[in-house]
Amino acid sequence: MPLFAAAIVCFGLIKRVPVFDCFIQGAREGAGVLFQIAPTIIGLVFAVSLLRSSGAVDAICKFVQPAADFLGFPKEVVPMAMLRPVSGSGSSALLISVYEQCGPDSFAGRVASVIAGSSETTFYAVAMYYGSIGIRNVRHTLVAAIAADLTAFAVSVIVVKNFL
Amino acid sequence: MLNYIWSAIVVASIICSVVCGNTQELSTAVIDSGAAAIELLITMAGVMCLWSGIMKIAEKSGFTALIAKVFSPLLRLLFPNLDPQGETFGSITMNISANLLGLGNTATPFGLKAMQGLNKLNGGSKTASDEMVIFVVMNTASLQLLPTMLGTLRQSYGSKAPFEIMTCVWISSACALAVALTLAIGLNKFKVGRK
Repeated sequence: MPLFAAAIVCFGLIKRVPVFDCFIQGAREGAGVLFQIAPTIIGLVFAVSLLRSSGAVDAICKFVQPAADFLGFPKEVVPMAMLRPVSGSGSSALLISVYEQCGPDSFAGRVASVIAGSSETTFYAVAMYYGSIGIRNVRHTLVAAIAADLTAFAVSVIVVKNFL
Repeated sequence: MLNYIWSAIVVASIICSVVCGNTQELSTAVIDSGAAAIELLITMAGVMCLWSGIMKIAEKSGFTALIAKVFSPLLRLLFPNLDPQGETFGSITMNISANLLGLGNTATPFGLKAMQGLNKLNGGSKTASDEMVIFVVMNTASLQLLPTMLGTLRQSYGSKAPFEIMTCVWISSACALAVALTLAIGLNKFKVGRK
C-alpha cells in the first residue's frame, strides 16, 4: 500500500503537478466527506447498538439462520448484508459492529469486509442515475444488479473460506 | 427509506428489550454508542484524509486518465454503438476508471454526464436503453482495485493485515460483475421491457 502511494506521488512529480497542493486539496475533501457522514454514522451506530443489546439481532438471526447456515454464512454478517443494497452509511455502521463484535480478522469480519468491498448500494445508484434523466422504466436493471449483489454475498463466503 | 428503517430499528429494539428483559443492557448501550461513534470517526479521519489526498494527486496528474486509456478497448466491446472518440464514451471510461481507483466523488459527476449523453442518444425516452442498463449495472457491481476505505476501517479496528482481503474482494467483485453483465446483455438481446 505505501508503495502504491509512493508510485502515485512520483508519477505526480514526473508530470510536474503541484503534488503537495493537490494532496491538501484532496485531504480537505476527505475531511469534508467524513464530516458529512458523521451524523449518519452516529445515528446508525446508536440504532445498531440498541438492536444488539436488546436481543433483537439474535431473534432476527434465528429466523434467517437456516438459509444462512446452508450457505455457511456467518450469522453476525446477516444484518449487514440485508442493509447493504439500500444504504451505504447504514451498512458501514453494521460492518463496524461486526468488527467490534468479532474482530476484523475473524471469519465473520473477513466475510463482512469482502461483502462491503464487492457490492454496492444498488438502489441508491439506480435511483440516482436514472432519476437524473427522468427514466421511468428501468427494464431489467434491478434484476441484474440484485443478482450481482447476491452473487457477491455467496462468493464472499466461498473465497474467504478457501483463500484466507 | 432510511427514515423508516432507522425508526423501525429503534422502536423494535426497545420493545424487544422489554420483552427479553434486557433493559439494563439497553441503557448502557445508549450511552456508550455515542462515544464509540466519535472514537471511530477520529480514528478514521487521519487515514481517510491521507488517501483522499493521494488520490487527488492521481486525478490531477492524469493517472486516472491513464487507467481510462487502458480500459477503453474493453469498454468498446460493451458499448459497440457508441462513438469511441465521443464525449459520452469518454465520460463512461472516466467514470469506470474513477470507480476502479475508489474515487467515488469523482466517478459520480462523470456518471451523470454519461447518462445525459446516453439519454440524448435514446431520444429522451422514459424507457432505459440497452447501453444505460449496462452502464448502471456496471456501476452497481462496485469494481475497486484498492478498497482504501475498507482497509482504513479494518486498520482502525486492529486488523493485523488490513489489506489481506483484497484478492477476495477482486474475485468476488469480478464474479458479481460477470453475473450482472451476462444478465444485462442477455436480457438486452431478448428486448426485455421494450415495446
